[in-house]
Amino acid sequence: MNVIKIAGLWLVAALICHVQAGVGDTHEMVLDNGLKIIVKEDHRAPVVVSQIWYRVGSAQEHNGITGISHMLEHMMFKGTEKYSAEKFTSTLAKIGARDNAFTGRDYTAYFQVMGRDHLEVSFDIESDRMVNLILTQDDFDSEREVVKEERRLRTDDDPNALVYEQLSAAAFTSSPYHHPVIGWMNDLEHLELEDLSRWYQRWYAPNNATLVVVGDVEPETVFALARTYFGAIERRHIRDSKPRVEPIQSGLRRIKVKAVAKLPYILLGYKTPSLTTAEQDWEPYALSVLSGVLDGGRSARLSKYLVREMELAASAGAGYSLYARYPTLFLLEATPAPQHSLEDVEQALYAEIRALQEDLVSEQELARVKAQVIASEVYAQDSIRAQAGVIGRLESAGLGWRVMDEYSQHINAISAEQVRQVARTYLTEDRLTVSVLEPLQAGGTTGAAVVSDAAQ
Amino acid sequence: MQHSSTPLRAACGTLWLCAALLGNALAAPSIEQWTSAQTVRTLFVAAPELPMLDIAVTFGAGSDRDAELAGLSQITHALLSAGTDAMDADAVAERFEEVGARYGYDVNLDHSRVSLRSLTEEQLLEPALSTFVEILTRPDFPQKDFLRLKNQALTAIRDEQQRPDRIAGKAFYQAVYGTHPYAQPVSGSESSMQAIELADVKAFQQQYLVAENATIAIVGDLDTDQARRISEYIASHLPRGARPATAPPPQPASEDQYRFIPYPSQQSHVYLGQLGIARGDPDYFILYTGNYVLGGGGFSSRLMKRIRKQLGLSYSVYSYFFPLQQPGPFMLGLQTRADQAQMALDQASRLVQDYVDQGPSEEELELAKKSIIGGFPLRVDQNSDILAYLSLIGYYDLPLDYLETFTTHIAEVTREDVRVAFSRHLHTDRMVKIVVGGPEEE
Repeated sequence: MNVIKIAGLWLVAALICHVQAGVGDTHEMVLDNGLKIIVKEDHRAPVVVSQIWYRVGSAQEHNGITGISHMLEHMMFKGTEKYSAEKFTSTLAKIGARDNAFTGRDYTAYFQVMGRDHLEVSFDIESDRMVNLILTQDDFDSEREVVKEERRLRTDDDPNALVYEQLSAAAFTSSPYHHPVIGWMNDLEHLELEDLSRWYQRWYAPNNATLVVVGDVEPETVFALARTYFGAIERRHIRDSKPRVEPIQSGLRRIKVKAVAKLPYILLGYKTPSLTTAEQDWEPYALSVLSGVLDGGRSARLSKYLVREMELAASAGAGYSLYARYPTLFLLEATPAPQHSLEDVEQALYAEIRALQEDLVSEQELARVKAQVIASEVYAQDSIRAQAGVIGRLESAGLGWRVMDEYSQHINAISAEQVRQVARTYLTEDRLTVSVLEPLQAGGTTGAAVVSDAAQ
Repeated sequence: MQHSSTPLRAACGTLWLCAALLGNALAAPSIEQWTSAQTVRTLFVAAPELPMLDIAVTFGAGSDRDAELAGLSQITHALLSAGTDAMDADAVAERFEEVGARYGYDVNLDHSRVSLRSLTEEQLLEPALSTFVEILTRPDFPQKDFLRLKNQALTAIRDEQQRPDRIAGKAFYQAVYGTHPYAQPVSGSESSMQAIELADVKAFQQQYLVAENATIAIVGDLDTDQARRISEYIASHLPRGARPATAPPPQPASEDQYRFIPYPSQQSHVYLGQLGIARGDPDYFILYTGNYVLGGGGFSSRLMKRIRKQLGLSYSVYSYFFPLQQPGPFMLGLQTRADQAQMALDQASRLVQDYVDQGPSEEELELAKKSIIGGFPLRVDQNSDILAYLSLIGYYDLPLDYLETFTTHIAEVTREDVRVAFSRHLHTDRMVKIVVGGPEEE
């Protein structure tokens, strides 16, 4: 076993050098109008990805207009005077570009992936729709139906997704992470064209965006091209949303979701800081390691104990995303194995947490988690889209892309003691919201009802 | 610590070299091919830019081998990593993960793939590779793990039963394939899974996970000699076995089939289609290009324009040919609010009918060809994509210049080709139509 341990530790040491060697391949420039451009060179294939990230997402929304950022993302494909919707699509099709967009809590992003010679097409289109979007009632009426279908598909007809949506809404009361990115159905139904127009005017500006380009390009060429296309757009005053700090939780919250389903399911969320909001910079990294100890592969504790050894869970997982603008949740989830109850699984999850609070994780486990993190960094370089995605998320969280180059060093510096410390500080009952799915037989009530199950 | 500079030097050196060479780089990767021990066909692409390696071993061991025990291939593959005579499931997982390696498998209708991703530094690669070969060639299928994985498989089957898209997908294959092996879901059914015994698993492995039934694909930071050594190492350890007979061809349906399955979901999932073509069909590139116009080309496809953009009926709508060793399906899919499912199905059927009758316009076809050809570099810009193509070429015995000639084939497609091929292959009077979701029909 000694040999194995050394291999893991050796790996970490060896690859830190490699990862550091990557620093310097990324270049940044800011235009006079405030648009930040980040270019990462990757000359493995003659392709390039261009992503423009706006610092607006569901976290800027308030009750009544939830889902508006995502709705606007859909409307951004409806055309301008220069590029009608039809021309927009055919222009990108002609060059064989793949294009799409995505909305999150902290961002709305648009991207094209294409041959390296076509980057200019992307800049022309994105600079145009940053300011010249035409919003019409007809387009809006049909696209709203598409978005409602998307909500039905991703959330309403997916029992586990409903559990997550309800967990977030129960865990966060005032925090903007309370409501779902796609929005509540009722809010979608009452959005108006005028709301979208105001949202577009308020958030779509060069000084509220980051342009990320990764691929077979030269930074100076990209910067010059960006100046040509985006340089003339005027900066706007961005009125940020109010802080909406979450009040302190002072006791366990517990909810039940009834939905037509075959399998029960449990999701736990502990309130934790993100890298943006942490008072101690190392804590989010320690939480990441903690998540790896629980769910970093099949050798991790949830698989090893809950799934294989005790056979309590058919599947179990943990998740924590440190790149968020506001405080977030450390999640644990499980589906019970046949013949086991949700209660059994829930207690087993708590037992794992207690073990992390009481005992130090072994050197071997720690080395294994770190080895996987660092290997993952190498693997992620196989995808230019993944590389651009990390840069975009870091910029949207207000952290800056340079954090990416320090990530593995920070992970590598985390000790067993620090892992125990964050388990003790954050995985506590007063920070916990529990959401369980109670399956209804098909033939029962359609849709989901949320029942409050315990005193708040 | 003297080793620590090796990956660093390798990475910087090759990045520079690569940048210098790119001025006249070809878009298609250059594939090397050889026969490893026990005549295992091996395909390799050198990718020296990142210090990593991907290996996939493809077997003719898909769910089409399950016979009456649907789910057998799936549970056999799941059990490979549960232990060997030297290691239990914990040890297997630890040996991969402490060197940052990732092991995986996937079972499809007509083949299976067991894969490894590892860093190439020798001290990390060696334990990953030896573990990979050990579980592939000497699994010992512990009884306890068999029962556990059976329970997990049953849970996965129940999970599919709460997803209307999966219910619809299963019903579609059932209707298109009838008694043919492709009719059965890879995951099996509750009753077939219950019926599987450990002896069945062992027999499946001994019969199908063998050299005569395997091809190897390798992509990564290796030279040819290193790749050859790795393929020899894997191939020479595989049990010899015999090449199994291929599945029989499915029988095309003789009439329209419509099936509605009620489910208390807000949306209906709609599938429409029929038997399509096999891998290697001479019409493949024509149908691929033609379908790009109909429902393969994302936002510019006819289905997307009509069903989503104009009518706002569905978030996603698409069509594709899915060639398998025997003819795979042609499939069109969409999802919509339950009360408008019939309308959406009618619209989609009409679009297919029009397209089969008239084919694409000159403008549509040209745009599709430009899009496919212009987008070709995006298909092979990642090691993982190249690995998938190598597995495909190796397993289906496609020509080695498949990638090099890909765009040429597309460029040659004419309107007449598309019209002729679509009317030859698609019979709009014999479509399978599946709708799942919404209340019982009146």
